[in-house]
Amino acid sequence: MNNEIPWWASETFWKKTAIWVTGFMFVVLVILTLDTIPQITAGSERVPAYSVINKHIGYEFNDERNMQVPVIGDEALLFGKKFNEEEAEALVSHGKKITQGRNCMGCHTLLGNGSYFAPDLTKAWLDPGWSSEPEREALMIAFLMDPIENARLFGSGRVMPNLHISEEEAKAVIAFLKWMSSIDTNGFPYNFTVIDKES
Amino acid sequence: MKINHLNGGQQLAVHYYTVAITLFVAQIIFGLLSGMQYLVPDLLLGILDFNVTRTVHINAMIVWLLYGFIGAVYWLLEEESETDIVGLMLGKIAFWVLTVAIVIVVVVFLVVQSGPGDDFTRWFVNEGREYIEAPRWADIGIVICLLVFFYNVAATFSKGKWSGISGVLTLDLVALAGLYLAGMFYTPNISVDQYWWWWVIHLWVEATWEVLVGCLMAWGLMKVLKVDRKIVTTWLYIEVALMFGSGILGLGHHYFWIGTPEYWLTIGGFFSALEPIPLVAMVVHAVYDAGARHMKGNNNPALAWLIAHAFGNFFGAGVWGFMHTLPQINLYTHGTQWSASHGHLAFFGAYATIIIAMIYIAIPYIRGQEGIGSNLPDGGWKWKWSLALLNLGVVGMTMALLISGYEQSFIERAVGGSTWFGYFAAQIHPWFVQGMEWRMVFGVVTAAGIVLLVWDLLTIGQRQSNNTKTQSESQPQAQSQSTS
Repeated sequence: MNNEIPWWASETFWKKTAIWVTGFMFVVLVILTLDTIPQITAGSERVPAYSVINKHIGYEFNDERNMQVPVIGDEALLFGKKFNEEEAEALVSHGKKITQGRNCMGCHTLLGNGSYFAPDLTKAWLDPGWSSEPEREALMIAFLMDPIENARLFGSGRVMPNLHISEEEAKAVIAFLKWMSSIDTNGFPYNFTVIDKES
Repeated sequence: MKINHLNGGQQLAVHYYTVAITLFVAQIIFGLLSGMQYLVPDLLLGILDFNVTRTVHINAMIVWLLYGFIGAVYWLLEEESETDIVGLMLGKIAFWVLTVAIVIVVVVFLVVQSGPGDDFTRWFVNEGREYIEAPRWADIGIVICLLVFFYNVAATFSKGKWSGISGVLTLDLVALAGLYLAGMFYTPNISVDQYWWWWVIHLWVEATWEVLVGCLMAWGLMKVLKVDRKIVTTWLYIEVALMFGSGILGLGHHYFWIGTPEYWLTIGGFFSALEPIPLVAMVVHAVYDAGARHMKGNNNPALAWLIAHAFGNFFGAGVWGFMHTLPQINLYTHGTQWSASHGHLAFFGAYATIIIAMIYIAIPYIRGQEGIGSNLPDGGWKWKWSLALLNLGVVGMTMALLISGYEQSFIERAVGGSTWFGYFAAQIHPWFVQGMEWRMVFGVVTAAGIVLLVWDLLTIGQRQSNNTKTQSESQPQAQSQSTS
């Protein structure tokens, strides 16, 4: 019976093909992962060190890459305090744990992943909705601590629930958001308008 | 429900199927709530906020599909291995442990909801990462229960007989369980976090789950249409080669915008564009086999759901995935209602359908019937209407969400520059709102479908009166069927 089946339709041919293709693709994925991980480790060119929260962060069009890219500028302290690398990592990490514990991804997207009920937070630090750079920190803290009183509805009626975020927690979340805005996301989001520098 | 006449694996399967369908109902209820919150934003505000209803909606789905898969594999285990299951008692214990754990997780999601930004929250309340929100203690419990399941599968096949289907299935389960570990660690770095998170999500739903349903499809076609084993096995290998050949590096389409290097735009775009090919192969395979047998099987609802699976998988996962997989388009659609549109059709079309088919395959054995033909006393209106309503409901939601997604990608992304202002300008636009309204209408259609489905599953093939007697009378028949 086997003689009647051409080689390209035989069970054994496809069994071997399946094994080799799967193995090969997995090896390629592992190699690419080994190349990618160092490039997205905090402190790399694409994903800056956590102490970047001490710096000014912009998002400008780059002619060479033909996309918007984060631009790390001069010192621009967060809450008027300079964090060393260790303190910065602790603060950003606390901020990220808060976003996980409050299930922010249940409504928002981060780097475009999550839910679609509320705005993307990838560049939330740079959003023009925070009026201007000098006013930004105070507005963000007030909003996070009481999002109902300080609702930002944009005509939608969609209120962020009060997640009982303390001032200290709000600051950690903002540090996390500021750090996240410095990640090179290959031009995502596109055509983004950055917050005014002056009020 | 008396199930003593079934073999050990089948008894376990009935347990898993029961929980699966219960969670399917929960998924729809919380989906309706989430959908309503788009239309009435202050609905249950401060009580069950959107992040809670949506988390339960998607987690109930993931878990019921897993239960469905486990149930389906246990169902075919003894028949395929031609021997008794090795760890029936262990399997039962694992079932109850897993089920109790899941009930606790859901109750905590609903009651506690959130916690402070510390490790306790991630371990015992909510991990806050989409799809794998389950706290860490539950992750560990899930892995242990999956290992018990894996042991039962691998050891039973080893004791009995291996086949092409069981070989692929067992290796696939190794990968499936192993990948879950990639999601079980904490890092402050969101790019690294999402890099590994996608290993779990993508390599589950776009690789290992697809191969798993390929195995179920192969077995289901043999069962329902009496297709030759050699043919389904060869097709299965072809599908594995195409699925892993495209799907493993297709992972790259999630690495466009999370901080990962630019070369992923090319790799992800290219390989994910190939991902529909194995799904075309599955459609050809299923439709050809059904046609070659003039659509005559021994189980009409199961056959109908298998065909729904073939097309649903191709359109939901294949076409809807391809539509926004290229980076040039994904830049505008990533994280919009496009993803929701794709998600609804893909999860239903690729996974819900085949689990429903597998449950219908089990029904005649449970009820002691020959099969489910066209001679049902009520003409089978319940299964036919539930099939129609569920498919219509999900396709309708998919279309409605797609319209909202198109509007969002234009108004928010292309024109509005993706700011919060742009986001809300898109959300309040009449085209978006209309999409959400139609999604709600079709959500209700889907809910009507599930009501009928549950009713049908509970009653189909059951004699109207003296049910106990009928089942005990038909016991020998069922046994002879299950060993044939």
